[in-house]
Amino acid sequence: MRHFFTILGHEVRMLLVSPSTYIAAVAFFLLMGFTFTTILEQYSTAPQDLSPASVFFNYYWFPVIFMVPLLTMKCLAEERRLGTIETLLTSPVTTVEVVLGKYAAAYLLYLIFWASSSGFFYILRRFAGDAHLIDPGPILGGYLFITVSGLFFIAIGVFASSLSRNQSVAGIICVVLLVGIILGGQYLANAPWLDREALLPLKEAVAYAQIAQHREDFTRGVVDMRELLFYLSGTVLALIFSILSVEAKLLHS
Amino acid sequence: MNTTPTEQAIEVSHLVKSYAGVKAVNDISFTVPRGEIIGFLGPNGAGKSTTMRILTGYLPATSGQVSICGFPVASEADAVKRRVGYMPENNPLPDEMRVSEYLYFRGRLKEVPRRKLGSRIDEVLELCDLKRVRHKIIGKLSKGFRQRVGIAESVLAEPPVIIMDEPTIGLDPHQILIVRDLIASLRGRMTVLISSHILPEIEMTCDRVLIINQGRIVAQGTPADLRREVLGKSAYEIEAAGDLGALPFLLGSIDPGLSVASEGPADALGFRTIRLTTLNLDDAGEAILRACLSEGLRVRALSREHPTLEDVFLAATRRSWDAVAEDPSKGGSK
Repeated sequence: MRHFFTILGHEVRMLLVSPSTYIAAVAFFLLMGFTFTTILEQYSTAPQDLSPASVFFNYYWFPVIFMVPLLTMKCLAEERRLGTIETLLTSPVTTVEVVLGKYAAAYLLYLIFWASSSGFFYILRRFAGDAHLIDPGPILGGYLFITVSGLFFIAIGVFASSLSRNQSVAGIICVVLLVGIILGGQYLANAPWLDREALLPLKEAVAYAQIAQHREDFTRGVVDMRELLFYLSGTVLALIFSILSVEAKLLHS
Repeated sequence: MNTTPTEQAIEVSHLVKSYAGVKAVNDISFTVPRGEIIGFLGPNGAGKSTTMRILTGYLPATSGQVSICGFPVASEADAVKRRVGYMPENNPLPDEMRVSEYLYFRGRLKEVPRRKLGSRIDEVLELCDLKRVRHKIIGKLSKGFRQRVGIAESVLAEPPVIIMDEPTIGLDPHQILIVRDLIASLRGRMTVLISSHILPEIEMTCDRVLIINQGRIVAQGTPADLRREVLGKSAYEIEAAGDLGALPFLLGSIDPGLSVASEGPADALGFRTIRLTTLNLDDAGEAILRACLSEGLRVRALSREHPTLEDVFLAATRRSWDAVAEDPSKGGSK
């Protein structure tokens, strides 16, 4: 693991000079800023049941779906397209170090984006002067959810990037996978055909993989070990598949 | 990590690599002693790049053994990667980085100690004449500079073995000269394996040449050996005037194998250009000249032809094509 930090530093720098990072950042702040102001307007007109933070994190999936691909689509696809993967892997580094370094760099930026959205809450606290709007519980729970689920989402992005040498194809694969996991679970939970007796185990699995439900639990302050394990095992699996994919491509190239 | 001193820097025995049943490399064996510069020649698709990739541990071999400095590539890939500087085909470089940043990153990956890295980068920049562009972005450099960045990168960590896939492609003659001097300056210190299409390049820089075609080695040795082995004859060109009728008899008395291959038309002064060939490889120039003069022929010029490596290359590859054509059941995929 001695090259992990070298690759991490290199990748962060590469992400910081890449236009797609800035597109992701601008889109993220525009979108979340609008969401936040809309929420505040609603709160100013009529009292609501939920705290603003928990409504705010309800829209987490929207930035995730475009931000994760923009951050990760380049990481392995571009290396392969340029052929720099050949120089990279013929230096004394392992595929594991390469994949983990790239993964960590994308995750770091993902966290930085989300962390800067905490400025919204700071501004609200500073100017609203109304303590009941700023309930620290849902905010902390929300950010914890973002941190943990981000592990999994970024890993999916890295995996998508390992499948293709074209970064736009990688990006589209990533969007499809994320939509499938985030929204597909919700859709399946309400699907009537899953109610049959024979499909009961499947129904249980779908109920377990409800990301929206996890978010709700986290913002209510319920941190369930099973939910943490869902994201951690998903991350490990996606990263293992990425490593295998990079190595398999070598065998067949 | 033990560094057992072995004489051979690169050892390849019975290397086979097949892609989906097609043999790209078919039973290649060769060794390269330390400090030698060896040229790797072959037409497109001969298996040069595949062999080089296997040597660096980037691709696994289908069968056979490869070892670098005594370390088998298959089982001790890490030790091998530490000992090889590799410049792949088409020299891939990240376009967004600056030259010095790129070299620093590669140096860190290649485990050059941080303290020594700065001065080492200065050294290779100097060596490859890159000082002017050290702060430029690689994507904006011309082809010649990019190529030299690739070369600088491969020698950066001072590995005992350097493998370069077509390092001089796309360079102008002046830059080729720089690269040639650069490679020559590594002689004795590092073992260099280069592939190239530019034959005079190989001939001038390399101690030994390997010619491969269709995944097999068709000829190997020093350029001079190859000439003798592959072409198997020497040729003389003589410009003479006078009665040429007696010439064949005359030549027969010097060397029974010596014969007139072609005879040109006479020019204004009556001189003709005559080409003589023989299977005997010893220089017979003096004897020919003396015989001609003794018969009263006027001789204006006599030269022994020096076949270029190009002729050797063409002859060797043609010979291997012929061998395949005769035996279509074996080996040949194309």
